[in-house]
Amino acid sequence: MQDNTDLTTLIFGRLTWESIPYHEPILVATFIAVAIGGIAVLGAMTYYKFWGTLWRDWITSIDHKKIGIMYVILGLVMLLRGFADALMMRGQQAMAFGESTGYLPPEHYDQIFTAHGVIMIFFVAMPLVTGLMNYIVPLQIGARDVAFPFLNNFSFWMTTFGAMLTMISLFIGEFAKTGWLAYPPLSGILGSPGVGVDYYIWSLQIAGIGTLLSGVNLIVTIVKMRAPGMSLMKMPVFTWTALCTNVLIVAAFPVLTAVLGMLSMDRMLGTHFFTNDMGGNMMMYVNLIWIWGHPEVYILILPAFGIFSEVVATFCRKRLFGYTSMVYATVVITILSYLVWLHHFFTMGSGASVNSFFGITTMIISIPTGAKIFNWLFTMYRGRIRFELPMMWTISFMITFVIGGMTGVLLAVPSADFVLHNSLFLIAHFHNVIIGGVLFGMFAGINFWFPKAFGFKLDTYWGKWSFWLWTIGFYVAFMPLYVLGLMGVTRRLSQFADPSLQIWFQVAAFGAVLILGGILTFIIQLVVSFRRREALKDVTGDPWEGRTLEWSTSSPPPEYNFAFTPVVHDTDAWADMKKHGYERPKDNFVPIHMPKNTGAGFILAAMSFVCGFALIWHMWPLAWLSFGAIVISAIVHTFNYNRDYHIPVEEVVRVEDERTRLLDGYA
Amino acid sequence: MVVMDPSGDIASQQAQLIVVSTLLMLLVIVPVIFLTFFFAWRYRQNNTEATYDPEWDHSTKLELVIWGAPLLIIIALGLITWISTHKLDPYRPLDRIDAERSIPEGVEPMTVEVVSLDWKWLFIYPEQGVASVNELVTPIDVPIRFQLTSARAMNSFYIPALAGQIYTMPGMRTTLNAVINETGTFKGFSANYSGAGFSHMNFEYHGVSDGDFEEWVNKVRSNGGTLDRDEYQELEKPSEKDPVSYYGMVAPDLYHAIVNRCVEEGSVCMDEMMSHHSHSKQASADTITPNFCLAESQPGTAVNTPSPFIQETENAR
Repeated sequence: MQDNTDLTTLIFGRLTWESIPYHEPILVATFIAVAIGGIAVLGAMTYYKFWGTLWRDWITSIDHKKIGIMYVILGLVMLLRGFADALMMRGQQAMAFGESTGYLPPEHYDQIFTAHGVIMIFFVAMPLVTGLMNYIVPLQIGARDVAFPFLNNFSFWMTTFGAMLTMISLFIGEFAKTGWLAYPPLSGILGSPGVGVDYYIWSLQIAGIGTLLSGVNLIVTIVKMRAPGMSLMKMPVFTWTALCTNVLIVAAFPVLTAVLGMLSMDRMLGTHFFTNDMGGNMMMYVNLIWIWGHPEVYILILPAFGIFSEVVATFCRKRLFGYTSMVYATVVITILSYLVWLHHFFTMGSGASVNSFFGITTMIISIPTGAKIFNWLFTMYRGRIRFELPMMWTISFMITFVIGGMTGVLLAVPSADFVLHNSLFLIAHFHNVIIGGVLFGMFAGINFWFPKAFGFKLDTYWGKWSFWLWTIGFYVAFMPLYVLGLMGVTRRLSQFADPSLQIWFQVAAFGAVLILGGILTFIIQLVVSFRRREALKDVTGDPWEGRTLEWSTSSPPPEYNFAFTPVVHDTDAWADMKKHGYERPKDNFVPIHMPKNTGAGFILAAMSFVCGFALIWHMWPLAWLSFGAIVISAIVHTFNYNRDYHIPVEEVVRVEDERTRLLDGYA
Repeated sequence: MVVMDPSGDIASQQAQLIVVSTLLMLLVIVPVIFLTFFFAWRYRQNNTEATYDPEWDHSTKLELVIWGAPLLIIIALGLITWISTHKLDPYRPLDRIDAERSIPEGVEPMTVEVVSLDWKWLFIYPEQGVASVNELVTPIDVPIRFQLTSARAMNSFYIPALAGQIYTMPGMRTTLNAVINETGTFKGFSANYSGAGFSHMNFEYHGVSDGDFEEWVNKVRSNGGTLDRDEYQELEKPSEKDPVSYYGMVAPDLYHAIVNRCVEEGSVCMDEMMSHHSHSKQASADTITPNFCLAESQPGTAVNTPSPFIQETENAR
């Protein structure tokens, strides 16, 4: 009997039936809903014989466009989860006053706010940003794919399996109850002996590898694969911001990997990097995690700035004002974003001079950021503004973001931060810039580039509903939090004593419901657009009178993007080509050299997932087994020499003739 | 809004700083918001009367303004930041009681030692020799010097009416200088999430007159028991929603032992361990920061004596 138990422990580690939260009604209901939904999806996929296509055309695809679409889908799916968390928190905080303890006990509530932060940053914002960069950057620079197509597929699956690891913590075990940055000593083995922090660590480690590799990939793509004539100062602004973002990723993510590595060593091996005793120091962790964490917010916002720059120029029918200063502003932000991390913990007891230094560097970032806002503003000046959805999101962003920027600079004044830090004012500030900046940017980008990816525009009616619900919902949900912050209410509380605060939380909860409407109408927008795809069809490949190269090819672009590599003479390459009467080549096509699909990325990432799961639950044999399998598969993959092929010239001719026919029919 | 209308001089200055900084920034924010709406309306597609200049993409004068104007504002704000950060540095002893009154000759700040525990607050009054849990009382118009540390988790000591917050961290000591100018009862709490009992980690802070303070100290002295090492280890165990309680006597070296993590019988204090092992200069007077030296395994040191916390978590499982 004793042997039996030992064997079970050896194989299953800490995992027992007790780890399944079947006594939590909320989780059981969620599980049932997920299971029914999952079975329905799987059934439908089997019924429509989708599995083969899924594997051949999507899972193993190394086409940057398909990977980009999959990233965006991942981001949107995870948005639903992250937002469900947000709704639960808003509900709890609107209820739990005085005698009422709400419906969420602290151990559940604390997991929710941790998961909300982790999911929204790592598995919503990051995939959306990476997805758009993946799709658009090669098209904007006139390339046929990214520099390392297999790596791209591998990166995507690492991110996805990282997200899945976070998701299964919902039904097997628990998630971290530490806040999204898991400060020790709370996240140490003494403060959090359960599996929650381990789920946190290994989800982020696995996803972090994906992010880092995709950063390397895009840098090399932008540096090495630009079309002839496209000097750095002729690159579209979105590509510039993508370059800077990926430089930030490559410089910052190793720090995250290292600091989480040290935290897991503290937890698993008994080291003392961040423990209370034996010479450990949690202040080291706080510094290191923010040395990653602050650049991270610029990793998210810079591509959004790039999107707004493209959108403003296109929909004002005008060249972007101050291209050069826009580029310099981006580069300055990139560099400065490394010099401000300490502003996240002015209250940790640093001296006045240190605090002042970091406060002032933070304020300095607002100068290039302000310059960007002015540049967009003066692009509108003397333009002919079309209020299509992407432009509406951009205007809403400009108004919202300057408010968030202002409260941000306020928080950068250390003495003011002492009273506002960790308060709901801070929460309102960063949602102000992340929703008003990053998310609005993503919606602008999705509405802008959707016709490129699918060949039809998104429905405007439902798009406007979504736009207004999001915009108004944002203000209703977060302006009360600014007020609450000034009333001295701190974050992460699940219960309140003072009944006078309740009304503000109820207003905020109503705002969250409006945002829910924004999300639902966005989904309706997608569905309606799909059903009306014939009416919304665009055959020109250039539905908005675009200015950059992605609009020069068909929508959706052929697998090889461009039959002939374009030659660039101006920043707005496609506008320039159109102005000079560009004629699309119709013959003399040649075979095109392309990379071949492979399942290796998916397999490696799936095994990393197993390895992560095993490490979380201390299933040592499985951990070693899956780790060995990862190494062996990686080596085996290096012997795969069958990794490229040529698209025969007949195929190229067929595709291009088809496009010629469509264009002629349209004209 | 207590943050904007506080009762202590430090918090008042911080509130003022918020107002001044916000006004400075509005100088540029308001025009931007106005211009966004105005340009969006003026240059809308249907308005064919407005000038349309699709090739206009540069103006050196405008560039100077759009970089220069924010730069000037940030220079002003940077100066304010440098001065206010030094003046309102929580470590800096106060030089005034409020805007009108400076500190009279010979008045020394009163010390309160603060320990954040899971999930309650312990206040030790070394000069009075008493301690209280979840209740803080100080006389008004007297400079107070808080010395803060934590037992396990990181917390943040925050009384919005009094002054800005500061983190409390185990094994380390932070300082906050402040003064309360009005009598009254104010809210105090932890502003840094520290685990399951965090939501209830509140206390009441009473600013009282000198006479009332004496009375309160006498009440504590006569009512309370003794806070020695054993009692502290009992108190340190995680608990929630603890009622206010008092200790009429406090072991004089207790706070030092808490900061240096040697309350437990036989454990080596961190400051001794460091001077023993590193032979280096002691950490600065402001913050006690442990050096990174490994302790040797000696019988009776913290190394091989499991802390009560480890036993507890194991029992809990």
